[in-house]
Amino acid sequence: MRIFDPHIHMTSRTTGDYEAMYAAGVRAVVEPSFWLGQPRTSPASFFDYFDSLLGWEPFRAAQYGITHHCTLALNPKEANDPRCTPVLDELPRYLAKDPVVAVGEIGYDSMTPAEDTALATQLQLAADHGLPALVHTPHRDKLTGLRRTLDVVRESALPCERVLLDHLNETTVAEARNSGAWLGFSVYPDTKMDEARMVALLKQHGTERILVNSAADWGKSDPLKTRKVGDAMLEAGFSDDDVDEVLWRNPVAFYALSGRLDLHLTQPEPLHEGNSILRGGE
Amino acid sequence: MLNLPPESAALLDEPARAWLDAALLEAAHAARHTPPPHTATAPPAASPPVPAWELRFASAGRHCGSDLAAEAARILLLRTARTGAPGAARLYHRGTAAERRAVLLALPFLEIAPAHGLPLIQDALRTNDTRLLAAAVGPYAAAHLDAHAWRHAVLKCLFTGVPLDAVARLAHRARGDTELARMLEDYAAERTAAGRPVPADLHHALALTTAAKESS
Repeated sequence: MRIFDPHIHMTSRTTGDYEAMYAAGVRAVVEPSFWLGQPRTSPASFFDYFDSLLGWEPFRAAQYGITHHCTLALNPKEANDPRCTPVLDELPRYLAKDPVVAVGEIGYDSMTPAEDTALATQLQLAADHGLPALVHTPHRDKLTGLRRTLDVVRESALPCERVLLDHLNETTVAEARNSGAWLGFSVYPDTKMDEARMVALLKQHGTERILVNSAADWGKSDPLKTRKVGDAMLEAGFSDDDVDEVLWRNPVAFYALSGRLDLHLTQPEPLHEGNSILRGGE
Repeated sequence: MLNLPPESAALLDEPARAWLDAALLEAAHAARHTPPPHTATAPPAASPPVPAWELRFASAGRHCGSDLAAEAARILLLRTARTGAPGAARLYHRGTAAERRAVLLALPFLEIAPAHGLPLIQDALRTNDTRLLAAAVGPYAAAHLDAHAWRHAVLKCLFTGVPLDAVARLAHRARGDTELARMLEDYAAERTAAGRPVPADLHHALALTTAAKESS
């Protein structure tokens, strides 16, 4: 089973996670830029974070045979903090970079006017840079948030077909599918979706344009949820090809819209033995 | 070593070569129209538009077909734009790992004084990214790093598994360096005490120091 996790926050994860993910079949990940679990206080914190997503994290991933791309953005939560919004001025420089395969995560958190502005601005940036967009749907008041998101997307220069709506569930999937967007589902231990519900949803709505991710981060989450969904699909009678479509071909097709997805793994400089991460604690 | 026009051209297919030609024209234009010097100290409050050639520099990877070709293209762009200290610092600090490598590899060709170039080398040497470490220990470091920092760079290469082939002028700088020899011997002792193998490169570097002592 080859797996592409289209949404996972590897900066919060350990090398043990990378090893386990590789063993489970994960060969590619996309790491969206998001909140850190605590507030940032300046654009400089974003730049350091972008550095990780563009340099260190791909290096770590490559040690374990996994290709790493990222999406960059000002996240919805911090779009409300005037200390952070100047990062929008620097985004054009970053969105030109080779490992950036979408603008994201953008979208709504509390549905404020500041979030409206950040979402519209960044959808335009995506259109300007030839990038698709990863749009997170809010955790609170989700259906209303989805509808407001779709309104802003439809008013933007970015076609719905270049948008991945994420964190969807049973209450939002139908409207999201009707929009023509790609559909992302985050599978979590306690919140968001779980494996059984995901399989039921796939039975009802099919596999087309559907992506499954672990969205694993610093909270209670599981970077192997993609594999667990694949196993649950097979147990429920889906074919290997169905699993491959959901866990590999769909995320590849979506992020390939950027023209920048490169699944060829560049190994770091030849190493004598082990690597700097394995040996870093010596 | 760096790939200059004939070599790098051979790495590029026709669309990539056309892309590079256009990018080099933009870089040459930038070289003739130096931006105001405000970037030398702190960035202005509102960010100016990113120069066209710098966007090319950022996007070389997806236009040049291979990592090696993209690296050569980026180095060419830096040289053609006659990138000075502020530009090199900006492109390094706002760069991906691949872009940072290109800046580090281009430093010897950019006529950037050690006061401005060494901080970039030192930044790369603080990382644990072997791609950056290997690029940092090139000719610029050989020419300008002080003895203490250079010895630690060599040791860090051994520590992280960067082949010492990457260290420019290793034999020249190691010759007669008794402090480097002591550090290498101590590291070998530490590895041995832990029951771990001593990198073959360590013996090579040690031989460079001791052979010099014997012949002097």
